Amino acid sequence: MNLWRILTNGVVKENPVFRLLLGLCPLLAVTTALMNGFWMGVAVIFVLTSSNIIVSMLRKVIAPRIRIPCFIVIIATFVTIVQMTMNAYLPDMYEILGIFVPLIVVNCVILARAEAFASKNPVVSAAVDGIGMGLGFTIALMVLGGVREFFGTANLVINGQPLFDAPLFEPALIMIMPPGAFITMGVLLALLNVMVNRGRSGAGA
Amino acid sequence: MTDYKFVVGSSPHLRTSENTPRLMFYVLQALFLVAVASTILFGVRAMAIIGVSVLAALAAEALWQKGLRQPVTVADGSAAITGLLIAFNMPPLVPLWVPALGSAFAVIVVKQFFGGLGHNFMNPAAAGRAFLVSAWPLAMTSGWLTPFDGATSATPLQVLGGSSGSLPEGWQMLMGWRAGCIGETSALVILIGGLYLIYRQVIDWKIPASFIGTVALFAWVFGGTDGWFTGDVLTHVLSGGLLLGAFFMATDYVTSPVTKRGRLIMGLGCGLLTALIRLWGGYPEGVTYAILLMNVATPLIDRMTIPRPFGTRQTKVTG
Repeated sequence: MNLWRILTNGVVKENPVFRLLLGLCPLLAVTTALMNGFWMGVAVIFVLTSSNIIVSMLRKVIAPRIRIPCFIVIIATFVTIVQMTMNAYLPDMYEILGIFVPLIVVNCVILARAEAFASKNPVVSAAVDGIGMGLGFTIALMVLGGVREFFGTANLVINGQPLFDAPLFEPALIMIMPPGAFITMGVLLALLNVMVNRGRSGAGA
Repeated sequence: MTDYKFVVGSSPHLRTSENTPRLMFYVLQALFLVAVASTILFGVRAMAIIGVSVLAALAAEALWQKGLRQPVTVADGSAAITGLLIAFNMPPLVPLWVPALGSAFAVIVVKQFFGGLGHNFMNPAAAGRAFLVSAWPLAMTSGWLTPFDGATSATPLQVLGGSSGSLPEGWQMLMGWRAGCIGETSALVILIGGLYLIYRQVIDWKIPASFIGTVALFAWVFGGTDGWFTGDVLTHVLSGGLLLGAFFMATDYVTSPVTKRGRLIMGLGCGLLTALIRLWGGYPEGVTYAILLMNVATPLIDRMTIPRPFGTRQTKVTG
């Protein structure tokens, strides 16, 4: 597998959120705004890439029977780094993301990639896979966060600056509440499936 | 609607002239009475809300089905019923885009996303209202007027919940002369419409009877301000959306149990939840949420109440 294939695999073909439906718990919880999604995504990219590299390097050392605890310890190390860094440099965002930063330890995207890819592939491939999967996760978080923030507050805040001076319309509060996450996620998944299926039937005909 | 060529139900195969448009037509007749009553009470404003809501429901269904190249089933009347019920749940001073969006949400998200008529997992109108209440709480919970004179006023349930204002007399509540959603106030007309549907055998008496009965019982036992058994039963039964919900929403075929015992349980559960929310919950009114929760429980209720076929012994439900 060439590296470009591995990278795009995580973003499109096996997008962890839209194709594999992994990591939905933080996804549904933190995507009340575009920037929340962005920073959560950045944290996941860092943890995922680093843990993939280490897991891949140690793949011949770790005894198969105890591989899961080993993966968790490696992942937890990087999550702690992210947590402390965010707490120091992005205290506001750290406050918003709250419990979901430490919970990256048990994010199933990261464990799934360690188990399914990094422990079976060389270091460079594993690193690229981590970046690709992380990007795919980040894009999903930002799309979901953007849609929910736009309809839920009738505005978009980018880097602390509102995009519009005043709310564009009467905001639908439900979109930034939990039901909004499920509705948006369902609609996005359905749209994506329609698009994928249409492409497939077109190619077949 | 159906995508199968042949649909064969289980025997006995009886012939009847009853079909979906016919049943929906009976419901529309009953709802039309309520629409007339609300127009008399709240004037042109009510007519505008009803018109916008019904048009939005019909348009949403037609556009969705056209867009997906499905047969357009607007003529069967189910979308119109959803639109009417959403309109009936609006405060008189609601901005007109609110019922329009609510109807579109009810038809597209709650009904068509799940496969159209017969496949919705909740009553579309109740889910539409719940969506509107959480999306635009201010628009949905303010703007109450008393009929005819158009003075702003608290609804009876808000008064019971501690807002300032006075409760209307019993006869006023019966005739609909009180603040409330445009279609829920006229208790007498809703009763007539509901009884008409029971007479036409469109709906079963069991759900509305057990629903209203349970609310009345709980209101009487626990609803009083000075001790048990002093509750104001009449106000609780005639206020809020109880009658409208019990006759027209809880009885939706798709989302209510098919067994006789199941229907009693459905009504009981709706009544219990309504009373709980009204007496101790954060919202003044709980009919919508009670119906939605019991809608979701309907498949379970149906499975628990499978009747014993004649001549067999009681068997344990498995699977």
